[in-house]
Amino acid sequence: MKDEITREERVDNLKGMGCSRKRVEDARFTQGKGNYVDDLKLDGMLFGDFVRSPYAHARIKNIDTAAALEVPGVLAVLTAKDLEPLGLHWMPTLAGDKQMVLADGKVLFQGQEVAFVVAEDRYAAADGIELVEVEYEELPVIVNPFEALQSDVVLREDLVAEDGSIPDGAHGPRKHPNHIFTWDAGDKAPTEEVIASAEVVAEETMYYHRTHPCPLETCGCVASMDKVNGKLTLWGTFQAPHAIRTVVSLISGIEEHNIRVISPDIGGGFGNKVGAYPGYVCSVVASIVTGKPVKWIEDRMDNLMTTAFARDYHMTGKIAATPEGKITGLHCHVTADHGGFDACADPTKFPAGFMNICTGSYDIPTAYLEVDGVYTNKAPGGVSYRCSFRVTEAVYFIERMIEVLAIKLDMDAAELRRINFIKKEQFPYTAALGWEYDSGDYHTAWDKALKAVDYEGLRAEQAQRVADFKAGKTRKLMGIGLSFFTEIVGAGPVKNCDILGLGMFDSCEIRIHPTGSAIARLGTISQGQGHATTFAQILASEIGLPADSITIEEGDTDTAPYGLGTYGSRSTPVAGAATAMAGRKIRAKAQMIAAYLLEVHDNDVEFDVDRFVVKGAPEKFKTMKEIAFAAYNQAIPGIEPGLEAVSYYDPPNMTYPFGAYVCVMDIDVDTGVPDIRRFYALDDCGTRINPMIIEGQVHGGLTEALAVALGQEIAYDDMGNCKTGTLMDFFLPTAWEVPNYETDYTVTPSPHHPIGAKGVGESPHVGGVPCFSNAVQDAFRPFGNTHTNMPHDHWRIWKTANDLGLHD
Amino acid sequence: MSNKKHITLSVNGKTEEFLAEPRELLIYTLRERLNITGPHIGCETSHCGACTVTIDGKSVKSCTMFAVQAEGAEITTIEGIGGPDDLHPLQEAFKEHHGLQCGYCTPGMITRATKLLEENPNPTEEEIRFGMAGNICRCTGYQNIVKSIQAAATEMNAAKEAAE
Repeated sequence: MKDEITREERVDNLKGMGCSRKRVEDARFTQGKGNYVDDLKLDGMLFGDFVRSPYAHARIKNIDTAAALEVPGVLAVLTAKDLEPLGLHWMPTLAGDKQMVLADGKVLFQGQEVAFVVAEDRYAAADGIELVEVEYEELPVIVNPFEALQSDVVLREDLVAEDGSIPDGAHGPRKHPNHIFTWDAGDKAPTEEVIASAEVVAEETMYYHRTHPCPLETCGCVASMDKVNGKLTLWGTFQAPHAIRTVVSLISGIEEHNIRVISPDIGGGFGNKVGAYPGYVCSVVASIVTGKPVKWIEDRMDNLMTTAFARDYHMTGKIAATPEGKITGLHCHVTADHGGFDACADPTKFPAGFMNICTGSYDIPTAYLEVDGVYTNKAPGGVSYRCSFRVTEAVYFIERMIEVLAIKLDMDAAELRRINFIKKEQFPYTAALGWEYDSGDYHTAWDKALKAVDYEGLRAEQAQRVADFKAGKTRKLMGIGLSFFTEIVGAGPVKNCDILGLGMFDSCEIRIHPTGSAIARLGTISQGQGHATTFAQILASEIGLPADSITIEEGDTDTAPYGLGTYGSRSTPVAGAATAMAGRKIRAKAQMIAAYLLEVHDNDVEFDVDRFVVKGAPEKFKTMKEIAFAAYNQAIPGIEPGLEAVSYYDPPNMTYPFGAYVCVMDIDVDTGVPDIRRFYALDDCGTRINPMIIEGQVHGGLTEALAVALGQEIAYDDMGNCKTGTLMDFFLPTAWEVPNYETDYTVTPSPHHPIGAKGVGESPHVGGVPCFSNAVQDAFRPFGNTHTNMPHDHWRIWKTANDLGLHD
Repeated sequence: MSNKKHITLSVNGKTEEFLAEPRELLIYTLRERLNITGPHIGCETSHCGACTVTIDGKSVKSCTMFAVQAEGAEITTIEGIGGPDDLHPLQEAFKEHHGLQCGYCTPGMITRATKLLEENPNPTEEEIRFGMAGNICRCTGYQNIVKSIQAAATEMNAAKEAAE
């Protein structure tokens, strides 16, 4: 048989890995036909909403629901007393702590859930909320974690024994009633010794402020208990639908096969939608109580004030080096403000996430990290906002410490990085804090980046600017922000990564249809990343059927194989690997079928793009489409009918994407307004599946980095009032504030990943935050600045200039 | 609460008549009463633009307007801009240039962009960025949204020229 088209055309027809395939998701979204949870309507559906605490710390003396229950349309008001008989007034957190579902005797943060009003519609629920009378007795408020560790005020009486002793927490001994854990990594004594005897030591204290992922769609769910069949269906904005099913089963006692969790389209997650929230539990209970479906949707204030803050790390660093700039040791201490409950979303064994990647991209022989978690009267959370667990904090820390060291050494910060990078030949590289970096080529990436922006030229221009400024010729300074980051993503190996005891593998199940199209289901869930597009591309390349003939489905626990969901850039590293491996199982069976059809031995055929060919006789072949049909219509001796496969993939290691970013910024000294002139981002995410989507992820991640670095903050006053509860106060950049980005890449495939991919969605955020921050700080370096804290909003930049005497 | 008002308005060319409380927000009318779920709720304070619709020729954030204020108005939502058989050039361009990711802001974004291009068929990049600043996107960083709108403008101008 002869082929009418060339091999190249056959490759193109697949739209497999490496091509900028247009997204299959976009037709519905551009026509307003997305299916988000708030779009869901069920017969008789009720609406639940919370009475929330106006106080950050208070005892609850009484809750009177009588007047609320009189409101037309209000059907029920749930309080902790109603949940207690079911054992649901508290729930476990992902961090080994427990959290009140509804206030049980006291409240620990402003906005805490006190009662759940269930009504026929949102307006009736709001009317009911107005009339729930709660009597509070205010208690002293602590919003500062250092104060919390000194205070006599006990926030969590439930965690202190009757004799006043402090029982161990989920992560070991606690040294104060408001202390959650101490977690460390590395070698303490040797590190202290290196620092004590070093010729050069730079020290800095920095605060990585509290912020919030703030996806445009808030969190929400619809719970529907079918009492006839005993089945609970829960639709929601879940980044980990299977984990939610297991959690709901464990806390409700409903058997897991009777629970179906569905994540429909999700309007952005960024970490906000990983955890389990009181709204989910209350909706389930309300549906059981009323026998009707119950919807709960956060409003924006609920979202910003109560679910899933990020960061809030007070970090102190010491970095030791030789006078020539070779780093010899690193010490980091973190005081981590976790709010009223420890609801961080981290793998169980890592209460500070992967903060121990804080040696960054550098060959640092000795290091020590210690993290103290602390309770305060702030909202719980501690999620990974567009990053793998606490990696933004780690990368910000090291990339600031490098700059601070460069100042101490009076050295160029780009050169200081270069002489300390882990060298290409050192990979796989075991870092001082324990991780084994799988691969990297940092020098190549760095050189490419610096060349692309004409780094020397920029520094010359900056020097001229400083001279002009001093001569009174300009009021604008110029900052050159550098960052080189190494991420650690793709959690993760089951041997060290689990959430609530669930190993962090992931999965893919493929069914090939007789006519040569397919459906593949995964344990992950897209929130805008375009999984339906890219996972089909992986499969197309693996099994030789066009991506356009492959449906990707996620998010329904009744149909998708078990997986741990999408966050921490784990979809491609873990589920993407499972997809490739399942595809290879399909291919292995297809090979046997092809050999049978071609009447040769199995080993005499080989895969070629979209077919199996007889070795040495390429005119003899069977296409995958033909093979698919044969799988269903031929009785092949020794081979079961059908063509399906499933793979559960436990990655042998994390993946380590890296990148080199440069930001050029002009800063108006008198207004504090920064103007981003240029931003260059080089990312190495290993094998590139869809360049268009990668670029889109980079643009988005950088913009979220810009937000965090230049203004976005969850701030509290001394009374524990959240000052940033709406988008008036919480900075989300618009098209007007955001620059155009230049993207670039190198490709260093992961050696252990089946297709060499590493993940990319979070890299730009992780690398972007220090880059924007370094640009601001670099502008003031010639005037004596070593470090100022983010967010660098206009006021703080102006203040920096003022403190340096630049307005005199 | 009673004191309902009789309201008549037109959405995507269809006349709708109903009784609603004066406090009923237009976004609620659209999404809950009329089942038009293209416009989304993102902030409830007029900042994010996910709820953007066109009312009597103007871009309006429907989350902070009462239904009674839209009495007699002609409203267009994303559903009225183009469907499977007659996609608007902006809908095509957003798909073609990766102008969206999670899709939540997209209906408001495209609805706003239709007005922007009506008012200014040849916008500069700066004019697009300024004209779209009332619509927040958390995913794309706007670069490809700007590109999509530029591409749609080119396409629409070419089509107009061809028709003349």
